[in-house]
Amino acid sequence: MSKMHLKLKVNGQEVETLAEPRELLIHVLREKLDITGPHIGCETSHCGACTVDMDGKSVKSCTVFAAQAQGAQITTIEGIANPEGMHVLQEMFREHHGLQCGFCTPGMITRAWRLLQENPNPTEEEVRFGMSGNLCRCTGYQNIVKAVLAAASEMNSAKEAAE
Amino acid sequence: MIPPAFDYHRPESLDAALKLLGAHGDEARVLAGGHSLIPMMKLRMAEFAHLIDLQAIEDLRDIAVGDTIRIGAMTTQAELLDHAGLAEAAPILSEAAMQIADPQVRYMGTIGGNVANGDPGNDMPGLMQCLDATYTLAGPDGTRDVSARDFYEAAYMTAREDDEILVAISFPRHAPGYAYEKQKRKIGDYATAAAAVLIEAEGGKVKSASVAMTNLSDVPVYSEGAGAALLGTACDAAALDAAVIAMLGDIDPMEDNRGPVAFKQHVAGVILRRAIERAWKRA
Ligand SMILES: Cc1cc2nc3c(=O)[nH]c(=O)nc-3n(C[C@H](O)[C@H](O)[C@H](O)COP(=O)(O)OP(=O)(O)OC[C@H]3O[C@@H](n4cnc5c(N)ncnc54)[C@H](O)[C@@H]3O)c2cc1C
Ligand code: FES
Ligand code: FES
Repeated sequence: MSKMHLKLKVNGQEVETLAEPRELLIHVLREKLDITGPHIGCETSHCGACTVDMDGKSVKSCTVFAAQAQGAQITTIEGIANPEGMHVLQEMFREHHGLQCGFCTPGMITRAWRLLQENPNPTEEEVRFGMSGNLCRCTGYQNIVKAVLAAASEMNSAKEAAE
Repeated sequence: MIPPAFDYHRPESLDAALKLLGAHGDEARVLAGGHSLIPMMKLRMAEFAHLIDLQAIEDLRDIAVGDTIRIGAMTTQAELLDHAGLAEAAPILSEAAMQIADPQVRYMGTIGGNVANGDPGNDMPGLMQCLDATYTLAGPDGTRDVSARDFYEAAYMTAREDDEILVAISFPRHAPGYAYEKQKRKIGDYATAAAAVLIEAEGGKVKSASVAMTNLSDVPVYSEGAGAALLGTACDAAALDAAVIAMLGDIDPMEDNRGPVAFKQHVAGVILRRAIERAWKRA
């Protein structure tokens, strides 16, 4: 089967590559574009380690064909930090020990990044529900939830200060 | 987990999609959110020479809320949950959609894919039978309507012909008493048992009731008997018992990794009772 000329916007940059339609987005990102932040945990749509943001949606990139992403805007963990340094979410994961081995963290933060844009002021329950597509085998989730809630409140205070 | 190779098509109109489907026959499949199809292809349980992605067909995303509610097949579960008009007009739909999979899957998975798939584990088919929904299918000779209650023939076998595309789902506004109750092993799991219940009350008695069950047979189960058992009652203990007995006569669960048959029957009874009690409180 012939390869497709794939055009994507990844972390703000236009990129082009050749890929077979059946290739999964996670493989194209990691192997063709050298974007290795999103991880492969289960490869069966369950763990969320491969989560990236595609056109404003959190998706499991192991369950998206490269071809489906043709023309899409993708944000990965690499695109979440800003030029001045780490994103508040990253800072809060560090401060609240929201990670141990760190394998799930890129997916967790990428998911939380979208969640907080949709719901800037979530309750603990909303964080747990909104993050339920991401599994962590180390932390027991407690500190991940704490980190996301802390990031929300930091981001809200920063917004208020700016206004 | 690399799926077999295929040619990818992204038509921009329903006509173009139907033509592609007609040209490639059973070598082709339509791709909606891909969250049932891609896992099957990765496991090599399904293989197609052509995939016709419906994502660019805007007409398949319309939502219209009137006396009848009509939802385009390509509406995602996340879009269903975000739509304020739908939440008000059909709260049972939001209640069920919230219990499907996890956030990432709900951003991609569509209502059309959920009902067309034919997997007994899908939640929307049973709900659609409870709502007495109608599916509109487009084919080479135009469109036709099929009742959700007549659509499911066996696991992955439906009344849809190979050259047809599901375009929309419609159902009337539902009764004020509603509940979608689901037992699952963990968040994101398919149902061990799920029940959709609608109840309309008048003068403290049930005037009409509709009951459907999920993942307790190779097709969704609309239990006319369970609904009938509630008619004219105040959903008292005897009525609940009668509804559960009627429902148990209609389901046909199989033993699998969610448990043996007796366990599933037990869970089905518990879930149906909870659903009726909650729907009755709201009725
Ligand atoms: C981790 C995980 C957990 C899940 N948990 C649940 C759950 O709890 N409950 C639940 O209900 N589902 C669950 N699902 C399935 C999910 O909801 C799927 O998205 C859904 O079953 C199919 O919708 P889709 O849009 O992804 O369809 P696809 O996967 O693209 O398609 C499914 C099938 O339907 C056909 N099809 C799709 N659209 C049309 C159309 N318009 N016309 C004709 N044929 C069409 C396709 O050809 C294919 O055969 C889960 C999936 C995952 C990965
Ligand atoms: S690697 Fe994609 S969900 Fe686990
Ligand atoms: S920190 Fe190890 S899996 Fe989450």
